[in-house]
Amino acid sequence: MIRSEILRDIAPILRDHLVVCNIGLPSQELHMIDDQPTNFYMLGTMGLSSSIGLGVALAQNKTVISIDGDGSVLTNFGTLPTIANNVADNFVLLIIDNGSYGSTGDQPTYAGKKTSLAAVAKACGCENVVECQDKDTGEVLQKAINSKKMTVIVCKCDSGNIKVPVITKDPVVIRDRFMTAVQS
Amino acid sequence: MSINTKIVDDFVANGVDFITTVPCKQLAGVIDEVEARDEIYHIPSNKEDEGIGLCAGAFMGGKRPAIIMQNTAIGVTVNTLVTLTQFYRMPLPMLISYRGELREPVACQVEMAVHTKALLNQLHIPAYHFHKESDAAEMDAILKYTFMCNKPVAILTDASFWGGYGDQ
Repeated sequence: MIRSEILRDIAPILRDHLVVCNIGLPSQELHMIDDQPTNFYMLGTMGLSSSIGLGVALAQNKTVISIDGDGSVLTNFGTLPTIANNVADNFVLLIIDNGSYGSTGDQPTYAGKKTSLAAVAKACGCENVVECQDKDTGEVLQKAINSKKMTVIVCKCDSGNIKVPVITKDPVVIRDRFMTAVQS
Repeated sequence: MSINTKIVDDFVANGVDFITTVPCKQLAGVIDEVEARDEIYHIPSNKEDEGIGLCAGAFMGGKRPAIIMQNTAIGVTVNTLVTLTQFYRMPLPMLISYRGELREPVACQVEMAVHTKALLNQLHIPAYHFHKESDAAEMDAILKYTFMCNKPVAILTDASFWGGYGDQ
């Protein structure tokens, strides 16, 4: 499965929760598949989905799912020790690991070579780390949400993109409706 | 009252309850004071752009965030300030140690100091410069201004403000 197929698969789970979605194609795909006011789309700032999501989770009680990519986590590796040492049991970091920088033309990442993001997350002190295959993502994600334990999921999948339109919503509108959903 | 206590009192009085820090020798006292306060969730960052991401999330989750960092971080965080904090219009008080100013013992620090105000100007980030301890009287008004206008705002604090570098 490729990322957009996984997003389509897990959309019914995501829609009940606050979601912070990674820059580029992941946000564009989620926006096209199932736009919700509970989705915060990153229009810029590669690497910070996990940091923004952790911030939201630490600030309030609702479940927060950060959808990240292997390339983005590699960009902001410092996030994993911060997550490990600031436990928010309403936080799930879902790393869709297709071993490539999808939004820029599928250049290979080191996560698709020797580097194991699951092993790195564990070494950083994250206590609940699950590596799964693409088809099992929904089941693993639902289990992580139900566990009420902060969880890092590394979902191994194929590299590949579909054609999607860019998001033209104003960033302040995206932010405002997300904040309204947080408070509702 | 120490200057560290005064600054953190102003944060607390303005409802700032989520502070991320990347350390600097000059900021050690104020970071200790942040850590000691029950009203503030203190979350150290490994890099300043990560910290600004945490602050963006905390703001959207209902907190009032702030970041404490060195001026070298302005070089690190340009993209994040522009595409996250400014693009989505979020407030962010930035208490910044202004290294490389008068009394600086480390030459390399001057290299970023000479760009600091120019970068802040270029980014249209309001900047206030604390040179004497009495300048901190404006801290309360700066925080109110930041949360009024939903912008990142810089408070540059130089070595003279902090009383120099000790015995170096």
